[in-house]
Amino acid sequence: MESDSNKIIDSFTQGDYKFGFITDIETDMAPKGLNEDIIRFISAKKNEPEFMLEFRLKAYRHWLTMKMPGWANLKIAPIDFQDIIYYAAPKKKKQLSGLDEVDPELLDTFNKLGISLEEQKKLSGVAVDAVMDSVSVKTTFSDTLSKQGIIFCSFSEAVQKHPDLVKQYMGTVVPYTDNFFATLNSAVFTDGSFCFIPKGVRCPVELSTYFRINAANTGQFERTLIIAEEGAYVSYMEGCTAPQRDKNQLHAAIVEIIALKDASVKYSTVQNWYPGNKKGEGGIFNFVTKRGICKGNNSKISWTQVETGSAITWKYPSCILLGDNSVGEFYSVAVTNNMQQADTGTKMQHLGKNTKSTIISKGISAGHGNNSYRGLVRIAKNAVNSRNYSQCDSLLLGNKCGAHTFPYIQVENKSSIVEHEATTSKISEDQLFYCQQRGIGMESAIGLIVNGYAKEVLKQLPMEFAVEAQKLLSISLEGSVG
Amino acid sequence: MLLTIKNLHASINGKEILRGINLEVKKGEVHAIMGPNGTGKSTLASVIAGREVFEVTEGEITYKGKNLLKLPIEDRAREGIFIGFQYPVEIPGVSITNFMRTAVNEIRKYKGLDPIPAVEFLKLMEENKRLVEIQSNLTNRSVNEGFSGGEKKKNEIFQMAMLEPTLAILDETDSGLDIDALRIVANGVNKLRTKENAFVIITHYQRLLDYIVPDFVHVLFEGRIVKSGNKELALELEEKGYDWIKKEFE
Repeated sequence: MESDSNKIIDSFTQGDYKFGFITDIETDMAPKGLNEDIIRFISAKKNEPEFMLEFRLKAYRHWLTMKMPGWANLKIAPIDFQDIIYYAAPKKKKQLSGLDEVDPELLDTFNKLGISLEEQKKLSGVAVDAVMDSVSVKTTFSDTLSKQGIIFCSFSEAVQKHPDLVKQYMGTVVPYTDNFFATLNSAVFTDGSFCFIPKGVRCPVELSTYFRINAANTGQFERTLIIAEEGAYVSYMEGCTAPQRDKNQLHAAIVEIIALKDASVKYSTVQNWYPGNKKGEGGIFNFVTKRGICKGNNSKISWTQVETGSAITWKYPSCILLGDNSVGEFYSVAVTNNMQQADTGTKMQHLGKNTKSTIISKGISAGHGNNSYRGLVRIAKNAVNSRNYSQCDSLLLGNKCGAHTFPYIQVENKSSIVEHEATTSKISEDQLFYCQQRGIGMESAIGLIVNGYAKEVLKQLPMEFAVEAQKLLSISLEGSVG
Repeated sequence: MLLTIKNLHASINGKEILRGINLEVKKGEVHAIMGPNGTGKSTLASVIAGREVFEVTEGEITYKGKNLLKLPIEDRAREGIFIGFQYPVEIPGVSITNFMRTAVNEIRKYKGLDPIPAVEFLKLMEENKRLVEIQSNLTNRSVNEGFSGGEKKKNEIFQMAMLEPTLAILDETDSGLDIDALRIVANGVNKLRTKENAFVIITHYQRLLDYIVPDFVHVLFEGRIVKSGNKELALELEEKGYDWIKKEFE
């Protein structure tokens, strides 16, 4: 019986990455390494106003004083930050006026990923911004949106066209001094998405960004800024993939969300960066700082993430609940298979009165994967009558993987209530047998059971993403259980 | 012959449970297997299903002319073997609709058929829900999660109706059922009986056999079938209990 389940585990842990292709496209690159000249180079390439260069240089000088944090439950080989290319862009004609002018190789890449920009534009009503390596390639739908005053464009474009908004909000949620990777990003970020929903507007479509790392030896440092003015609503989705390469690649992103009074922002991520091979060679190092502030009363920020890729994931999408009655949510499914490691969770900072937060975290470990939930719930003295509910579940597939939970709870007043529940379980032999007896093969059975386990989180995803996420969960665990 | 079991010996963790079972089942027949607790009735069902914890040490099982012991669990199911479980397991978050669609389509794929069209599938679901008098919306309910004992058993018969097996083995489907649920379950089985399929009903009590009339009754004791007869044997067991059999064979 033991040997049987081991066989099952082994056979199931051998899933292959389906997005490992490399696009043969001409790339415009900066030389390897990092110094003030590189930063000036990036800023000049992007034709940035002075304040941006200043921001970058301040961040860079601060970064030089910092050390890479070692507190996460991750084993990370030393990273040589001078061995990375900080700027790579697909070479292109000067200005693109339509999809016809986008490099066909590039369009082909996005088609392979299942995102045809043209189709998306026509059929699904999803506005897409696609970021390849360092540069935003094409934003669909922005014309339609602009009629309602919604701005959805690449970060670079926002810097050019809406410098005042960028200046007003950038770095207000994640300051350039925040942490090692956020500071690095602030110095070298190359592009990302920008989204502004004006007062009282409910964004009629899902906004979506696809990130793709293509060039070798490059890092990807994108920055996303979302601003929802009073009473505004937006649902935003982010997807990521990268080709299969035997060297680790660095991804250090920042997402900042600002929700003003009565505004609501829903942010969904399906992260499928290349996880490395079965021996743990290659794969993306994913160090991301995501944070939102519920600035106004009755505002709401909801994070949903499905993390299946990356060799290392270090990521804590958080909410600062400043406004009274504001609401923060965090729904997460994190899968670690083969040699993958994840240390992920959230921070809920309750500052306003009657603030509420919900944390649902579902970790899935398979192969030699190591999965940690790390979360902070802090209820400040003035955040009276606040509530938090946390549920952290871990599912283990096989007996070589690990699951850990590190909850931190600080409550500074007596009228608030914090609940924390945690479970650890395995897929039972009985469940598998039951499925198989109904004619369902082992791999489908595991897919079914895992998707069932993650259902509470998956149902938070917008429809377009939910289907993809379900498939991805099954694929990323292919080859892994007992 | 649909199923032929010859001198079947099976053990778990080195302990022998089945000690030479012989049984033949033809299409169109209903067999009842009775016997005291712990004599190997459920083990027999598990071994036919292919559960790996049980090791077959001797004997053979032929099903539709094939060596059943060589087939993996899911292929036995795809070949038409269905087990109605005594304690159906819960699968949180997996809706019955999704579970059944997956099962139906994997079986169809095995037979070289395309997936079932959505409309046809939903129609089939509705028909079979009516058969076992299930009112609730199965798309919202996870497999067996939060089900009462009776609901779980009805759900087993419902799944059986959906998968249309050739050989259905119902393992103590009657245990824990009140008289209404028992009638519903038995009714379901009777409606599904055809000349092309067969049922093996494992039960402790004669009660269920008032509703599902068997062609043969076998008594399993200490890993062997020690007595076979027609439905009268069940009545005799009901009247006299199992003690006389124990005395005869101990």
